[in-house]
Amino acid sequence: MRMSNIAKQIAPGLALQKVDERIMTLNVGPQHPGSGHMRIIVQIDGDKIVACDPDPGYVHRGEEKMAEYRNYIQNIPHLERPVIHDSCNILYPYCLATEEILHIEVPERAKYVRVIAAELNRCVYTLYWLAIYGIFLGHSTMFMWPTGDRELLIDLLEKMTGARVTHAYFVPGGVRNDLPANFEDVCLRQVDYFEKRIRAYADIFYDNPILISRTRDAGTLSRQDAVRLGTTGSVLRASGVDYDIRKKEPYDCYDSLDFETSVLKSGDAYARSKVPWLDMLESCRIIRDALSKMPQSGSVRVKLKPNPKGDEMTSYKRVESGRGTLGCYVVSDGKPEPYRVKMSVGSFRNLISLPYLLKGEKLGNMPAVYWSLNYWPVEADR
Amino acid sequence: MADQVPATSGDAPPADTPPEPAALPELDTGLRSKLESGLGDAVKVASATPGRIHIDVNSKDVVRVAEFVRDELGFDHAESVTGVDRPADSEIEVVYHLGSYTRPELGGYVMAISTRAPRQDNPDPGNDSTRLPTLREVFYSVEFHEREAFEMLGVYFDGHPDNRRLLLPEDWADLPPMRKDFAIKGR
Repeated sequence: MRMSNIAKQIAPGLALQKVDERIMTLNVGPQHPGSGHMRIIVQIDGDKIVACDPDPGYVHRGEEKMAEYRNYIQNIPHLERPVIHDSCNILYPYCLATEEILHIEVPERAKYVRVIAAELNRCVYTLYWLAIYGIFLGHSTMFMWPTGDRELLIDLLEKMTGARVTHAYFVPGGVRNDLPANFEDVCLRQVDYFEKRIRAYADIFYDNPILISRTRDAGTLSRQDAVRLGTTGSVLRASGVDYDIRKKEPYDCYDSLDFETSVLKSGDAYARSKVPWLDMLESCRIIRDALSKMPQSGSVRVKLKPNPKGDEMTSYKRVESGRGTLGCYVVSDGKPEPYRVKMSVGSFRNLISLPYLLKGEKLGNMPAVYWSLNYWPVEADR
Repeated sequence: MADQVPATSGDAPPADTPPEPAALPELDTGLRSKLESGLGDAVKVASATPGRIHIDVNSKDVVRVAEFVRDELGFDHAESVTGVDRPADSEIEVVYHLGSYTRPELGGYVMAISTRAPRQDNPDPGNDSTRLPTLREVFYSVEFHEREAFEMLGVYFDGHPDNRRLLLPEDWADLPPMRKDFAIKGR
């Protein structure tokens, strides 16, 4: 009975609009490689975009619903699925929130191991994104180089976690296993070489006059609009707002580490493409600092009771992921399964700025603006 | 003796009793007293921990409270809007998590405004009494979040300019899926 009630209410994905003869409506995606797993409905006048309506949801997997049926530990492997390249960071706020609910204190060494894994993962994600950004601007070297350089860090993460992607490494109470023997030396060597490699990107990409002419002043987001639209991460910092959760609300051991946040002022696609690269250079610094300050021995994981239950409480924790602030709101009703898990992801928050940035742009420049948002469709849909 | 857990550091299971709550920093108590003096009975502080303050607000006051939080306290954007189904209370809770970019001292603070809409057992999204006033006029950034809450829980936001589906398929003809009575098959 109630099904028919709802069936009447089916809303069309796109309301039909009356437009004049000059305006053409164009569906970019979801099969188009330039849109990722989403559809962008653009209205164009000639080759100028007059309106844009993002239509995500093609890779919605109901992660939040699934989390209500599994206990706190069983939730780990599936909650990282939205961003498999950044799986440590997407699990991070869930683990922090669960630890608050279960009243767990994480051992000191685990905090450093987590930070190292999270920073390695941030670089792995950023390089994947940068490779895509490069290829959609027609710069195939910028596809090959990051794809190759990623392997350096993927090897490190494989040594740490046993898996190249989808590490499921963070657990409430620490990390799944300790670092392998001799990891510190290998890590330092790889990170030093990695930093040398990514510094070379400036020569072929960021100082490249073709990239600059394509992205400079394209899709400019002012500081006021960046705040008003609630954007986050590299989009926000490229518009001149110095906001990084690692500095504003340091979690685990970030308050003891030495690093800067990367902020650019111009707010255009060029600045948005550069901030993640600057972040990677800072990540190298963080990893080296964490390796030198990490306790050399000690436990990396608190033993949990089987099927742990929390109090009736809520917890909202945030971390800085590769795409911006990643929040996790966990509601516990005292059962072994969380009552509600909500992931507030950077991609979803940045999506709202797309219609504003594309308005007035040339259609051919759409990938340059769209991918500069550091947007990951699978994460946005969850 | 066999059931005793060895008390090695780091390996001990967590104690059953929750630890004593830490004393709140100055700013938290400042926010709380400002809220209580400015809004009086309209807000009820449900919890306040370092960096987090969670207030319960009646749905008829939520726009006024949100404007106060924006104009007087300096929170300028929404990080997330969470719908929580509460069938036991016959209500659907909507929680707004607000943050501040423009006030550096509030960078590490999140204000959660929680409000509740009546819940229908036989929902008719958009036409039944499960509705709340939108905060989109106060915080522009809630636009997509409220669209998600509408399709996932059936909470209609009065005054929202664009109450369309966002993530769900266009031909979805079932209960709003984040409601507790929408069960996953096989579970």
